[in-house]
Amino acid sequence: MSVEKLVFYVFSAILIGSASMVIFSRQSVRAALFLIVAFCSSAVLWMLLEAEFLSLLLIFVYVGAVMTLFMFVVMMLNLDQETVQEKFVRYLPIALILVVLMVAILIFSVKSTHLGDLGQAMSSHHSADYSNTKALGMLLYTHYFYAFELAAVILLIAIVAAIGLTHREKENNKRQRISEQLKANKKDRLTIIDMEAEE
Amino acid sequence: MRSFKELVKSFMLWELLMGLKVTGKYVLSKKITIQYPEEQTPISPRFRGLHALRRYANGEERCIACKLCEAVCPALAITIEAEPREDGSRRTTRYDIDLFKCIYCGFCEESCPVDSIVETHWSQYHFENRGENIMTKPMLLAIGDRYEKEIAKARSDDAAYR
Amino acid sequence: MINVLIDLLWIVLKILLIAIPLLGAVAYMTLAERKILAYAHVRIGPNRVGLFGLLQPLADGVKLFFKEIIIPSKANPIIFLLAPLVSFATAAAAWAVIPFNKGWILANVNASILYVLALTSLGVYGILMAGWASNSKYALLGAMRSAAQVVSYEIAMGFALVGVLMAADSTNLQDIVLHQQGGFWHWYWLPLLPLFVVYWISGVAETNRLPFDMAEGEAEIVAGFHVEYSGMSFAIFFLAEYANMILISALASLLFFGGWLSPFEGIPLLGTLFSWVPGIFWFFAKMAGFLFLYVWLRATFPRYRYDQIMHLGWKVLIPVTIVWIVVLGLLIECKVGPWFS
Repeated sequence: MSVEKLVFYVFSAILIGSASMVIFSRQSVRAALFLIVAFCSSAVLWMLLEAEFLSLLLIFVYVGAVMTLFMFVVMMLNLDQETVQEKFVRYLPIALILVVLMVAILIFSVKSTHLGDLGQAMSSHHSADYSNTKALGMLLYTHYFYAFELAAVILLIAIVAAIGLTHREKENNKRQRISEQLKANKKDRLTIIDMEAEE
Repeated sequence: MRSFKELVKSFMLWELLMGLKVTGKYVLSKKITIQYPEEQTPISPRFRGLHALRRYANGEERCIACKLCEAVCPALAITIEAEPREDGSRRTTRYDIDLFKCIYCGFCEESCPVDSIVETHWSQYHFENRGENIMTKPMLLAIGDRYEKEIAKARSDDAAYR
Repeated sequence: MINVLIDLLWIVLKILLIAIPLLGAVAYMTLAERKILAYAHVRIGPNRVGLFGLLQPLADGVKLFFKEIIIPSKANPIIFLLAPLVSFATAAAAWAVIPFNKGWILANVNASILYVLALTSLGVYGILMAGWASNSKYALLGAMRSAAQVVSYEIAMGFALVGVLMAADSTNLQDIVLHQQGGFWHWYWLPLLPLFVVYWISGVAETNRLPFDMAEGEAEIVAGFHVEYSGMSFAIFFLAEYANMILISALASLLFFGGWLSPFEGIPLLGTLFSWVPGIFWFFAKMAGFLFLYVWLRATFPRYRYDQIMHLGWKVLIPVTIVWIVVLGLLIECKVGPWFS
């Protein structure tokens, strides 16, 4: 067995194990931590496929930023274990339908040709100076330019909308205006008056 | 115009650089640390450290058991018992100072009519067991014998200002 | 099979060659920090243990090593002990792609900047896990603060690095350095000065150093995320913090100050005079300069208030980087100066 295959099997096992622990662990923080492990091990799998840009982006964006905010929220929550269990059973039928639909879509879109021999997928090596980053950039900014920019604009709108919906300017909000504070100087505020001494 | 100048100044991090200049100057300046056990700061002749009982030049102890120090002591640290000695002179049989109670105010020294109880320049002492904080008469006399030269010098240096 | 083993051994040897000097550098960084801080306070600093206090880090290490590791009874012991390891592992792993000289690199990967960025962004989990697992209010508050801070400053830092990528047209650290060849005016600090300043500020914030040490904030939240840590588990947090500082300094000198390139390159007389100096010396000298700056900043500035940190990160640094990326695009398009010809 080659080293690559060994790495693949080890990290696939970790991925599946931690992904199932995300569902089964009762503490929400622990579930989030297992999700991070799952992300990291899937990043390793992508790295094996020589998709280093995507795999590092997965760590950088999902683990580094998104999951940090997730942890941020989860750590502050104090979830009641009982009610969570109750809902878990109640929504089970809907969840099952969703799962079936998702799997069906995945099988439909990923054709059986992509699910062939493992060694075949990993043996398609590129030369050392091949840059996955460059290839991805060329594709994104030429062929898929329109879709890419559209997605960016949609995300921007989502951010603006979320802020617009939740942000309320409070009345008599005490806010520090740093630029005004910096503008203040002695000449404007302080006048020294020469007064005669009174008897 | 001025606000534009301010803006440029703040983006140049001007004030931060000025702050760095101040600390940078101190990094290079001469250090004033005194390396304690080897070097010590000068001590004033009026310094109030460990107590001592002095003797006259002929070896006779100065203390006449007037108990003024016991009376003046604000912390009630001094305990004196007195009896006539064989030769009929009035002397102490017990002269204890509790160093835990003592506040080193120097009133005992001021009140003493014969310059017997003094506070020496010595401040570096410690106790290892309970009870060692009580300085008895022989201990105080021994300290006086040991530092007599320094004590006398400090008194004569300060005499001009009294 | 034997070949694979030999390869593996060779790699392990190289890792040790980086990791052991790194630990030594961390140990002596603590001494250097104490000395420089003391000098800024007109003091002398540690000078009792060994000549000029040179054995002080050793004494500190021995003390911390023999201290008891106390695990709070309500803490989550596994995550509690895992947290310092996570923060140190991420700080140490990033060194795999740092080139010390031309070709002196453990793993010359294409996307090495991204790799470093990904690993430094993982470092926050050490703090988050420590804060949560300690089951202490102060630790949790420190972890919260630091998580929000690191996420915010990562964006500014990422944008600053985008500028470097644009200028060098590569994500490989070695290529980026090689693009800066030809004297100190060819280095990227000049055309990318605003980005360099932003990178440095957010680097200081990323490592939770003063004046951005909201995670510790000893005045408000005692010691932040590591209140409950003692002995060796605390020492590892300490190591991680200093390893991160050294990493940020190394990156700053690689990306903006020409890494191992000599500053006298291309100057007629000085260039030949200093041509015998090995490149790694210049690299370490630049790193030492940045590390000194770290301590100098600590000695000078008071801690930011939390809302001011957020204001600086989101409303000042990020707009500055975006504006300069646009300017940089124009500079590159017009092939300005000695940098983009």
